[in-house]
Amino acid sequence: MIAVIDYGAGNIFSIVNALEYIGCESVLTSDKAVIEQADKIILPGVGAFPDAMKKLERSGLVETIKVQAKQKPFLGICLGMQLLFEKGFEFEETDGLGLIPGEVRRLETNGLKVPHMGWNSVKIENPCALTEGMKDGDMVYFVHSYAAVTEDKYIALSSDYGGRFPALVHEGTVYGAQFHPEKSGNVGLGILKNFAAL
Amino acid sequence: MLAKRIIPCLDVRDGKVVKGINFVGIKEVGDPVECAIAYDKQGADEITFLDITASHEGRGTMIDVVRRTAKNVFVPLTVGGGIRSVEDMHDLLRAGADKISMNSMAIKQPELITAGADRFGSQCIVVAIDARRNENGGFNVFIHGGRIDTGIDALWWAQEVERLGAGEILLTSMDADGTKNGFDIELTVKVTEKAGIPVIASGGCGCLEHFAEVFQKSNADAALAASLFHYGELTVGQVKEYISAQGIPARI
Repeated sequence: MIAVIDYGAGNIFSIVNALEYIGCESVLTSDKAVIEQADKIILPGVGAFPDAMKKLERSGLVETIKVQAKQKPFLGICLGMQLLFEKGFEFEETDGLGLIPGEVRRLETNGLKVPHMGWNSVKIENPCALTEGMKDGDMVYFVHSYAAVTEDKYIALSSDYGGRFPALVHEGTVYGAQFHPEKSGNVGLGILKNFAAL
Repeated sequence: MLAKRIIPCLDVRDGKVVKGINFVGIKEVGDPVECAIAYDKQGADEITFLDITASHEGRGTMIDVVRRTAKNVFVPLTVGGGIRSVEDMHDLLRAGADKISMNSMAIKQPELITAGADRFGSQCIVVAIDARRNENGGFNVFIHGGRIDTGIDALWWAQEVERLGAGEILLTSMDADGTKNGFDIELTVKVTEKAGIPVIASGGCGCLEHFAEVFQKSNADAALAASLFHYGELTVGQVKEYISAQGIPARI
């Protein structure tokens, strides 16, 4: 059972739909006990960094997430990925969950349009369980204006939009996808299947 | 590199696809969900539903169509037509739509663009602009399916919707639409020069070369077509293979 954390942010139904499609049981929840009992956890999120952290704090889930993410497979998606880092700089400096070293800053695109929206190719930097079956040049769907700045060793997949940025990060049991695997066709469903099989 | 998107559009009335479909292997010919699944299999980068249901009562069927599609299609889904309030947007997004497209309502109530962007994010809000040449060589915005000339300058409106919070423009040339003579390059170039947000070119495509042309001659981010795909004259896959062979980045 995968717990998809519902803290009032984003289109969480797409993730549940995608998990159901690949035959994986999931539950949308903001209940600590359910999250603690789940085999795996997904943290979704669309919106702004400070607002999402406030919502997580208000739901009383920050400590639970910090503890659970180190004990079982944990996947942050889009803003949920950005929250994994130590700090965000969207509107104001905000502390993140601090599960992966690094911070989240506005995309530097050398003049390309922001948000970075659409299908972009990824490059495998450090293969991990989620990149199983993938190849360089596979395309995934992005919608974001900010990106993580972190050490290379945490970058499983990178992408390029006027500059290189992390597309998939990994540290221990914690994974984070800047793109939307639930909107990335077969490539995205493959990544979710890999996560479900952990 | 960011791919240029190819977007098939399905016109839906009372929960049924309006135009004919020649897809092989579809169970129910007029079912938008089956059509969307078929387009997804062809490699559509995104799918757009345009709800042309006339009656207010018929609107509920669109929510059901979106919900069933979102359970089977895992590429972005845009829904336009008949959206009159932030609540309407909320209902469609909650059913599984990723983006909401507004046309006439964006003109009548521009504050809806801002309200939607504030609540759901700019990336959710698409403004559809139907433009036609005027006698002075400029372009006017038309609404109500191209029946009413608002007199508003389309290039000004493209910038204005961006300022109001729209995340994308779906640009249809009323001059080119239905001609099959190719996308309106002049209009698309002018709008993409003005707008800092992605632009989807629409109207006029009749063959593979037209898709390559719009990406080579303008900065359009995506191209949308309805009848060409509806009638099976081309598949989405053929278009993507073709533009890719012309050196245009595409998701193959």
